[in-house]
Amino acid sequence: MLRRLHSFAGLALALMLVAIAATGVGLSLKPAVDRLASPAITPGVSVAILTEAVAARHQRVDAIRVRGDGAVTVSFNDGAGKKVERVDPRTGAGLGAYQQSPTFRWLADAHRSLLMGDAGRIAVALTALGLLALSLTGALMLARSLGGAGALLRPVRGAAARRWHGEIGRLALAGLMLSSLTAAFLSATTFGLVPFAENPPPVVSASGGPAAPVGHLAGLAAVDVADLERLTLPARDEATDVFTLRTSMGEALVDPSTGGVLSFAPVSTMDRIDRWAIALHTGGSSWPYALFLGLSTAAAPVLGITGFLMWRRRRVAPRVMAPARIDEADTIILVGSEGGSTWGFAQTLSRALTDAGHRVSLAAMNDIENAHLRAQRLVILAATYGDGDAPASARRFLDRLGNLERRIPVAVLGFGDRTFPNFCGYAQKIVAALDAQGWPRLLTPKRIDRGSAQEFAQWGRDLGAALGCTLTLEHVAERPKTSAFELVGRETYGVAVGAPVAILRFAARALPRFEAGDLVGILAPGSDMPRFYSLASSQSDGVLEICVRLQPGGLCSTWLHNLREGERIEAFIRDNPTFRPVEGRSPLILIGAGSGIAPLAGFVRANEARRPVHLYFGGRSQSSDFLYEHELAERLAQRRLTTLRTAFSRHPFDAAYVQDRVAADALRLRDLIRGEAQILVCGGREMAGAVAETLETVVRPLGLDLAALKSNGRYLEDVY
Amino acid sequence: MKLALPLLAATAAFVAPLIAEARQVTFETTLKAYGGNGAYVALYLLDGAGKYKGTLWMAGDKTKFYRHLSDWTRASGGRLAEVDGITGASVGSGKTLKITVDIADALIDAGYKVHVDTSVEDGADNPSEVVAPLVASASGKPVAGDGYVKSFKATF
Repeated sequence: MLRRLHSFAGLALALMLVAIAATGVGLSLKPAVDRLASPAITPGVSVAILTEAVAARHQRVDAIRVRGDGAVTVSFNDGAGKKVERVDPRTGAGLGAYQQSPTFRWLADAHRSLLMGDAGRIAVALTALGLLALSLTGALMLARSLGGAGALLRPVRGAAARRWHGEIGRLALAGLMLSSLTAAFLSATTFGLVPFAENPPPVVSASGGPAAPVGHLAGLAAVDVADLERLTLPARDEATDVFTLRTSMGEALVDPSTGGVLSFAPVSTMDRIDRWAIALHTGGSSWPYALFLGLSTAAAPVLGITGFLMWRRRRVAPRVMAPARIDEADTIILVGSEGGSTWGFAQTLSRALTDAGHRVSLAAMNDIENAHLRAQRLVILAATYGDGDAPASARRFLDRLGNLERRIPVAVLGFGDRTFPNFCGYAQKIVAALDAQGWPRLLTPKRIDRGSAQEFAQWGRDLGAALGCTLTLEHVAERPKTSAFELVGRETYGVAVGAPVAILRFAARALPRFEAGDLVGILAPGSDMPRFYSLASSQSDGVLEICVRLQPGGLCSTWLHNLREGERIEAFIRDNPTFRPVEGRSPLILIGAGSGIAPLAGFVRANEARRPVHLYFGGRSQSSDFLYEHELAERLAQRRLTTLRTAFSRHPFDAAYVQDRVAADALRLRDLIRGEAQILVCGGREMAGAVAETLETVVRPLGLDLAALKSNGRYLEDVY
Repeated sequence: MKLALPLLAATAAFVAPLIAEARQVTFETTLKAYGGNGAYVALYLLDGAGKYKGTLWMAGDKTKFYRHLSDWTRASGGRLAEVDGITGASVGSGKTLKITVDIADALIDAGYKVHVDTSVEDGADNPSEVVAPLVASASGKPVAGDGYVKSFKATF
């Protein structure tokens, strides 16, 4: 509902917003331009002195005003009609005719009414309300997708449009809320929907005595020009007329003969609110604030475009053909998808099941009904939205589940991102609900991390075993565009201990952009399923470097290990912004085992700023698989690496795993973590699990836990 | 534009209770090409002693700006009831405001004066920039204002 409201209001308002935002950005420059033209008024000159100086130069002075743009103007009539001039606020000397900038006036008119009078004003007011609704719903959605209100500052993850929308929206949020809220209020005052703001003093007549010299009037001498807003002089021909003196405090009527204040009306609360709203909306006299608003406003069109892209992406209905009709199917695949990628997995599964002789039908989880339960089994593929919420096509699923007539065996497969604290949270909710309602389990529920084709294939084998058939799930999200890389160097380790790992270096005529920690997807000949390896190098190193552990029976790793120098591979880069050191000088704790050292060695290599970096490495044998041994020694000497701790599981007298070193260094690590250190772990799942367990005990005395560190990006894992 | 000033007809003496005793007077206010936002223009009537008799027309519909028509505000007390039903759009730069009012014969050639206040946002406030006696002999003769009014004339 929240998202539908956000999308609908956003699309409807997009065009209006662009026009209003563009003029708003232009107007945000005005306070800066005004400030250059009219320097701030320095206190020290009274209104009486200024008025006397001005009156000496003119036959008749009607009014002196300090304008919103900071200029002090005098309207006068020397017999040739009424004129307005700018004056020096200290001396009262004339500075020439006062003229508003026609550009800014046009912009203001366009901004307030789209040059269409009251109809335009109403449209602008509604747009302001729409923008306010967008800002509020946007902030709520962002917080929700990041895991709660306290998580609003976490990094935004996802596709490019989504990341930009989130990051820019977060930066612009305050400015847009202030702009839209004050705009709505100002529109309300324009249309008289809020009570009248100004509070005029009671009308009084002057004493009627002879006019005293202006410079001596006590009521005017007591007020500094810096506080003045408007002084209206009494009409010449009316003895009972008075000075009307308006300041930020209120409005006073001053007797032209005695100089006494005849009546005074303080600024009303409504007037004060009105002034605040104007200052907050226009930037008033603070040009840096105005520029801040301008920048926030400039973000509005960008948000519109990225928001539109996200909306379109969501709307594109997945083109998935069900091979069998619902009433004929023995297997129903139910899909809970947010962006559509889970439908792709469903399609792969549906094809493989059909090849294996099953009759398969597909439906969105939202559409589950009794007709589906005539099949023999359900397979649920469920993504997660944000922190454990239902994805778009599953929002009504749990409500409908309880009202179904029958229970048939169910297999649940969750899709999610392990870097989120609540990994596959929605799939787990479904499993809990199914168990509670007594649905038989067809298969132990599993979770797939970031669309891993390997994990999906593994699950397919398990499902096949449960169904008594062979299921081969070769899932290709979309065959990515690859380019050719040539093998230019290799070092092989670990042969003696039965775990060969190769460091492979590739070159290309033009290397794409990548950084250490990004992934390279490699397509072995004859396979459409890429294998991903963490990069140990950056584009600036001039080579693409990876560590490949030979997997027994592994198609890709075997092929890579047998590759000869000069031979080529087809590969592509995939960004991995979720596994990267934070910027700055805070310490890094890098923990890796085996080929998991690759990105960590890359981070050390790139540490030109010499920030403190502490590396923990685990292998089998110091003499056989100490990857990067020589390079790391060099980095220690260069101080790109601060400390290095190693553990070898087959060491003759000091056999240990990397987590043992972590445990032994608990005190030191606690100090580092207290000093805002970030922890990056890379390696196999088993090793990462052991390290996480050990670290949990390390940080507990600090009142922390890994979930908290994970949620603010201080504990990152790249696990395979 | 033909205006009968219904509210004032009941309260003020200057509008004829019967049309037979009244005359149609056309007021034309032409503004200079000052090149700014639309001007707020108030036309109102004071008697020989400077006492407020009533408002003829208020051009400009945002009441929060009426205070800038300061002589009108002072004379009328700024009460919105004074302009109820006799307001219109503000007058653009260089444009003419033309209104026709039925005015009681008793008010013509009796020392009454038409005042015109003008005000432009971010421009100047011009209280009583035109003060023209309501006399039949002045019919069709233009008077200049000292602010935004280029010419003002009443035609009987």
